[in-house]
Amino acid sequence: MIRTLEDLREFKIQQEERSRQEKADKQAKILVGMGTCGIAAGAQEVYEAICDELRQQGIEDVVVAQTGCIGFCAQEPLAEVILPDRQVLYGHIDAEKARKIVTDHIAGGQVITEWAVNGGSLLPKEQQAEAEIVNVGDVPFFKTQVRIALKNCGVINPESLGEYIARDGYQSLAKVLTEMTPADVIEEVKKSGLRGRGGGGFSTGMKWEFAHKQPPGQKYIVCNADEGDPGAFMDRSILEGDPHSVVEGMAIGAYAIGANKGYVYCRAEYPIAVKRLNLAISQAKEQGLLGENILGTDFSFDLEVRLGAGAFVCGEETALLASIEGERGEPRLRPPYPAVSGLWGKPTIINNVETFANIAPIIRRGSDWFGSIGSENSKGTKVFALAGEINNIGLAEIPMGTTLREVIFDIGGGIPEGKQFKGAQTGGPSGGCIPAEFLDTPIDYDNLAKLGTIMGSGGLIIMAEDTCMVDLARFFLDFTQEESCGKCPPCRVGTTVMLDMLNRIVEGKGEVEDLEKLKELGENIKAASLCGLGQTAPNPVLSTMRYFWEEYEEHVRDKKCRAGVCTALFQYYIIPEKCKRCGICAKVCPVKCISGDRQTPYVIDQELCIKCGACMEACPFDSIIKQ
Amino acid sequence: MLNVTIDGQKLQVKEGTTILEACELVGVEIPTLCHLKHLAPEGSCRMCVVEVEGARDLKVSCATVCGEGMNITTMNEKIHAWRRFIVEMLLADHNIDCFSCSDTGKCKLYQYALDYGIREPRFKVQPRDWQIDDTNRFFDYDPHKCILCRRCVRVCNDRQVNHTLNLSGRGIDTVVGMPFNELFIDSNCVSCGNCVSVCPTGALATKASKNYRSWELAKTRTTCSYCAVGCQMDLLVKKGKVVGVEPADGHSNKGLLCVKGKFAYKFIDHPDRLTTPLIRKDGELQPASWDEALDYVVDNLQKIKTESGPDAIAGFSSSRTTNEDNYTFMKMMRGAIGTNSVDNCARV
Repeated sequence: MIRTLEDLREFKIQQEERSRQEKADKQAKILVGMGTCGIAAGAQEVYEAICDELRQQGIEDVVVAQTGCIGFCAQEPLAEVILPDRQVLYGHIDAEKARKIVTDHIAGGQVITEWAVNGGSLLPKEQQAEAEIVNVGDVPFFKTQVRIALKNCGVINPESLGEYIARDGYQSLAKVLTEMTPADVIEEVKKSGLRGRGGGGFSTGMKWEFAHKQPPGQKYIVCNADEGDPGAFMDRSILEGDPHSVVEGMAIGAYAIGANKGYVYCRAEYPIAVKRLNLAISQAKEQGLLGENILGTDFSFDLEVRLGAGAFVCGEETALLASIEGERGEPRLRPPYPAVSGLWGKPTIINNVETFANIAPIIRRGSDWFGSIGSENSKGTKVFALAGEINNIGLAEIPMGTTLREVIFDIGGGIPEGKQFKGAQTGGPSGGCIPAEFLDTPIDYDNLAKLGTIMGSGGLIIMAEDTCMVDLARFFLDFTQEESCGKCPPCRVGTTVMLDMLNRIVEGKGEVEDLEKLKELGENIKAASLCGLGQTAPNPVLSTMRYFWEEYEEHVRDKKCRAGVCTALFQYYIIPEKCKRCGICAKVCPVKCISGDRQTPYVIDQELCIKCGACMEACPFDSIIKQ
Repeated sequence: MLNVTIDGQKLQVKEGTTILEACELVGVEIPTLCHLKHLAPEGSCRMCVVEVEGARDLKVSCATVCGEGMNITTMNEKIHAWRRFIVEMLLADHNIDCFSCSDTGKCKLYQYALDYGIREPRFKVQPRDWQIDDTNRFFDYDPHKCILCRRCVRVCNDRQVNHTLNLSGRGIDTVVGMPFNELFIDSNCVSCGNCVSVCPTGALATKASKNYRSWELAKTRTTCSYCAVGCQMDLLVKKGKVVGVEPADGHSNKGLLCVKGKFAYKFIDHPDRLTTPLIRKDGELQPASWDEALDYVVDNLQKIKTESGPDAIAGFSSSRTTNEDNYTFMKMMRGAIGTNSVDNCARV
């Protein structure tokens, strides 16, 4: 039980001693990335294979441990072999490779360079075997990242309180409780320039100040872990990889505003995050870092997890509160803002996971340090979830002000198959897209707003030349239309009308007048909707219209989809002169709509064709075209 | 008191007054759909917006509280376009069957479509296949005409506190109904009819309303005669006959009625209704004049009192009479007859 500051110091020293001892006793440590992503890719089997192989070979001086998401999703499952002299990060491993790593690397001392991410695995095949092993931090994917929120992810065992404390965990809480007044904490957070990482970008310190200024009494602090944007997974990774950082951040926030009770509202679709979070809470309670009179002070704080049932709108703060209260998850009118009247009418602060994960580092290292990172009005870092048409799918924590080009081409490794970059969607379905001409814009809250999009929670979906922007907008609107709660008419009916129109357009039934109507509807929905969901739902349509207007025109006027995505707007043809009459196309066609023989060139029956593209892919002579 | 200006008109309002209430004070009418007096403002219909000088966006007047020095504009191009858009969206998802709809003439959506210049809706959402619920004895429910203002849900839950109506589904598939898609007849509905009274369209309409149009009606304000609460209500009269009842905003009922006040008015024209006193002669009840009847009562009461004493008589009055009548009756029993055996049925 950690009852005093002295206890915490001692606990930390013990932990450090233990890990020193471990290093002295054991020759190696193998860390397996076991976030949801890693486990889905097969990390569990890898973990078991490593343990089994070590046992079989009678190797006892190796520690095998799980860790959270290492961040390099494209290379999952990942395992890091840590030896005193160097670390090797193996990617794309399976049980068989895992056994070989134990045999060759652990037992035989031979690094398998071609599988190592910090070796040859990312290089062209012929260079793989000769590649040198570099520091993991020097791999382009990691090199320009600055990890604050993710500092422990992929490093510590998320289920170990000791490892968190050994890496300065709960030091900030201790500092706050023993050396700072709530007003000092708020001042420090304000000075740091931290803005809400959930999307809105409101000053965290100012928000806390509002709640702090409310008369004393019951107050609440809530963590929004209802990460629902398609393609966004940074909050999950933090909860899975470093849950104590969120617990500590919330406890500091609670102290600052005068709350004694907190809730983490986490989506039920994140079972591992929920499990690790609950474990972290119970560990903290057991050790006295949550509960009554924390570290011997007057401050008491209790924390509970509440599960969301899968409604996107519950990420909106007032809907989230309604959901915690057991009501239908629907937004409420603001003002009053939750900082004044939130959960059960009491002053409530709601921040997202990443915001809370930034708090302890700010307190420990100071607002000046934090303020030195980032751009003028957007301080610190932002975690982005790179997804879509990009080589290095994964999590990247970058200083604010980094350009999109650096993120996509340096960290993200560019677009697969040499395709051209077309646009990037930030802010998920509530955001907008950024076309190639703005690749050199430094990413921060204000610049993204100027481009007609938002920072959002950090989803970054990359589109290449073969993405149809009309279809992309339709996809996002389909999502928001379905997720509208139905409370106000602009969002409920407006998104449906817009979606119907877009569906008609991609089916080739759109009319030129539809485009102006779409724009008008979009602008009206943005203005008139009750909550953030409706106010941002038209963004994907409006921003693609802003930057890719000609594609919309082509869809309605020429009934053409230049990206070849909208199946109603193109057909596959076999060029008779080029057809060698081999019949492969007819063989692969799943609906048997291609006919011909050795004498007559093959033709596609357009009535029956389902436009799967299998024939075009199979044709060895490039005789099939799409137009 | 706060100083505010509404369309150039200066006035003083109490702290906590909403813009909508302030507008009412100076007779400026603001269109509303979800707003209802005595219900907490919800701001969901987005119809009642006004412009507040210096504010970034238009404000919903039902939920925005007046501030000192507020300068409010209740109509301009921006406000008109906004409200028009809301009506257009509601019409896009509405069964526009005004010809046969019983609410024609008093429907708010119909009125606002006219006010905001919508002749023909530009947009149409694919109609959903909702079930029309006609299982209640007094009213029908047609979700295709519902605009989801939720007045019914709120009046049922927050005022009647019966918790029958709620919302299910989300987005465009949101629908007002009962848990597990129950029908009214199977639900815990007590047929108070307050949901029907507050419905701004024809989604919830009395069965009787099929037989009249609002412009054919005369309204007579009266007090409900069923119990001593004194609910205020308007009798809807068509050609001298009561065809319906609407709650009025009385001191004791604040716009609510119960099943009896709302629906039990048919006795007025019922053939079984007694219209003259009846005296039993030769074993048969026979019509009599009031003089005859009163004489008969007086004679018999005097006879009983003389023969057996006043305590042989007891009096029992109806709670459907007024307090004044009940008081007089009690006085008669104690003073004129001389017994304390007097009572009233008002103890449900």
